[in-house]
Amino acid sequence: MATITDPPSEGFRLSQLIYDTRYRSLTIQVVASIFIMLGIAFLFMNVVTNLQALGKDFDFGFLGNRAGYDINQRLIEYSNNSTHGRAAMVGILNTLLVAFLGCIVATVLGIFAGVMRLSKNWLVAKLMAVYVEGFRNIPLLLWILVIFAVMTESAPQPRDFRGEDASASMILFDSVAVTNRGIFVPAPIWGPNSGILVAVFLLSLVAIWAFRRYAHKRQEETGEILPVFWISLGLFFVPSILAYFVLGQPVSLRYPELAGFNFEGGIQLRNSLIALWFALSLYTGAFIAEIVRAGILAISKGQTEAAYALGLRPNRTMSLVILPQALRVIIPPLISQYLNLTKNSSLAIAVGYMDVRSTLGGITINQTGRELEGMLLLGCFYLATSLIISGAMNVYNNSVKLKER
Amino acid sequence: MSEVHAQTVAYVRDTMIPQEAPPPTEAGAIKWLRENLFSSWLNAILTVVSLYVIYWVVSHVAGWMLFGIWDAGSLSECREVRDATYGEGASVACWAVLTDRWDQLMFGFYPSELYWRPVLALVLFLVAIAPVLYDSLPRKMLWFTAASPFVLFFLLWGGTIWGPLAVAAGFAIGWAVLRFATPVIGDLGGIVAAFVVPILYWFFAVGPIAGALGNAIPIGIEFVPSDDFGGFMLAFVIGIAGIILSLPLGILLALGRQSDLFIINKFSVIFIEVIRGVPLIVWLFTASLLLNYFLPPGTNFDLMLRVIIMVTLFSAAYLAEVVRGGLAALPRGQYEGADSLGLDYWQSMRLIILPQALKISIPGIVSTFIGLFKDTTLVVFIGLLDPIGLSNAIRATTDWNGIYWELFIFIGLCFFVCCYAMSQYSQWLERKLRTDHR
Repeated sequence: MATITDPPSEGFRLSQLIYDTRYRSLTIQVVASIFIMLGIAFLFMNVVTNLQALGKDFDFGFLGNRAGYDINQRLIEYSNNSTHGRAAMVGILNTLLVAFLGCIVATVLGIFAGVMRLSKNWLVAKLMAVYVEGFRNIPLLLWILVIFAVMTESAPQPRDFRGEDASASMILFDSVAVTNRGIFVPAPIWGPNSGILVAVFLLSLVAIWAFRRYAHKRQEETGEILPVFWISLGLFFVPSILAYFVLGQPVSLRYPELAGFNFEGGIQLRNSLIALWFALSLYTGAFIAEIVRAGILAISKGQTEAAYALGLRPNRTMSLVILPQALRVIIPPLISQYLNLTKNSSLAIAVGYMDVRSTLGGITINQTGRELEGMLLLGCFYLATSLIISGAMNVYNNSVKLKER
Repeated sequence: MSEVHAQTVAYVRDTMIPQEAPPPTEAGAIKWLRENLFSSWLNAILTVVSLYVIYWVVSHVAGWMLFGIWDAGSLSECREVRDATYGEGASVACWAVLTDRWDQLMFGFYPSELYWRPVLALVLFLVAIAPVLYDSLPRKMLWFTAASPFVLFFLLWGGTIWGPLAVAAGFAIGWAVLRFATPVIGDLGGIVAAFVVPILYWFFAVGPIAGALGNAIPIGIEFVPSDDFGGFMLAFVIGIAGIILSLPLGILLALGRQSDLFIINKFSVIFIEVIRGVPLIVWLFTASLLLNYFLPPGTNFDLMLRVIIMVTLFSAAYLAEVVRGGLAALPRGQYEGADSLGLDYWQSMRLIILPQALKISIPGIVSTFIGLFKDTTLVVFIGLLDPIGLSNAIRATTDWNGIYWELFIFIGLCFFVCCYAMSQYSQWLERKLRTDHR
């Protein structure tokens, strides 16, 4: 016999706020929010009084003032007459540059080392273990300093390249010079019509994408497999090379040459950039290697065996069965490693690379005395970057999540 | 069948042939080499390339390291010894910088007659941490573990003994309140009082009490200010303090993030995301440049304490995410089982959920700790003299101007040993706690 018993209809008592689980959570939250608000108010009041005591105000107007300092590496136009805001922009672009370069090299290194560490070759596996453990267990700062010291102390001086019996020589067909002032690489010169060349190259990329889609669709419908790899390769190279000669070689390279005491004419990759870039790549690469290894090991052996039982060859097993499943495990931690790399690029301070922390969070703060505003903007930049990337990661995670019932 | 064969086959063996050793290519070292190094053309090439890499590194580094000079007072003296022993311009390491500046690399500018204090503190720390790491040790040792923070603080900083004692008394007061006031004012009131009374005591009573006792009965050892701390001692103090403080905070934040209570949940999420979104170095600069803005005018406290607080908050946010992963990985049935046993929230967390969730997250927790310990090197940028800061200072002196690799190798090796030991311990712990029967 099912009877519905009404709860005892006594009036609300104050003690229910503490002892009744229906109301207790409310009490806890009210008390917590009171404490949080009191804490925030305390900090806020302190800031206001301290600013008054120091005779400062809270104002972002300094971003429009003349910066008055030089930045040795810039991706956009900048001189010491530009504003602090412009300097911050240069710094942000430098941060993003080294993060971008670092992510690419770290991924390549990480995948290589991760796969090699699973190799059946004992020696290679052990070598990769040494690399991974060495970089994971030693502070990044030390690696940055070591690579910077290698560049500045062990590389030859520009004057060593001079004369008949020079003690140093340029590498890669006399195109790249490794000196203690940085690495000099050839600079491209964009002649007339080079825009068309770039357009042809981009179009061929679109064509590759379209062809792959078409081939995939055709395989789904008819079962016929087109030679996707070779056609893609051809599409990648042939149109651009044809266009390059048809247009009369619009793009040429300007090689660095020794002039006076230094090289001129190429692009100078400064030691600070090289050290930061390589150290970040090697360090993050070691972490990515472990992620890749874990991802591959996470796929159970049964998957490989089942694929073999279906008659798939080893390379198709890898690309069609193992990799798609491993990527689901690999990608989220991989992206958080990219985030770590971006945040670690703030260690640029160790080698004097002009990233956003050095311009906005360093020289600008020192010159204007706006610590509060500068650090706030700096924090917001890093925060926004990581929130955007982790937001994108969540979208991706949801799209590859196993569709379970 | 066999009878048919008996007539058709000319010869049938009727005794077993004696067992023979396997062919030389299928046994011993040769088999191992064939399987592990030369199983295919690609593998053979890889092996040869690896051998060449190893040869190249060893031929460049081994002699330089092994024939290094250990006894000299400066880099120029080192070079004189080298020229006399190995001839002009030979490439050998000058390890003498380590012997010459050993004290500085280890202790910074800690007064040299007091070196026994940090050394004793390290030994006591190892004794205190041992029963936490290995549960085969007697449980009574945990009492010393509980007392060790105060003992270590007293040994490292010195000063009057009454300060640490007065702070430690706060915990005794809290326990006493919980024990004796609970029967009078009820469970909840007892717990609240056990938190509030010690906090009030620490804020308002510790200073005067310690001061009065220090004046009345002056017992103490020489005070050493934080500015004198440096070298690996500094890295250890910051690292260990950060590790010990961040674990409970990280667990609380993870619970907050999993909580159903809206305010607590949102507060935890914002705290974790803001801390994780910004690099540690920016937080350290905030601690050194901005903290004075957020404190009442006139307060000024130790830079090292600020760094420890920042490092703790930073790694607590990372730990919270790791522990949250562990909490999320537990099957829902564990939560429901705890509820159905009638356990309240804290009981179910303490007895059922956290032991399992923490076990799952051991690798992540330890790698966060390793990250924290490595990050202690960043304090060099706000003017503390950690090993890297000291290596710069040593290089700035005329004696050792221009020495790089020896210092870098030594510092790197020390960090490697500590971090590798931590990761090995975590793997051992994982194996020990594994309960699936594989």
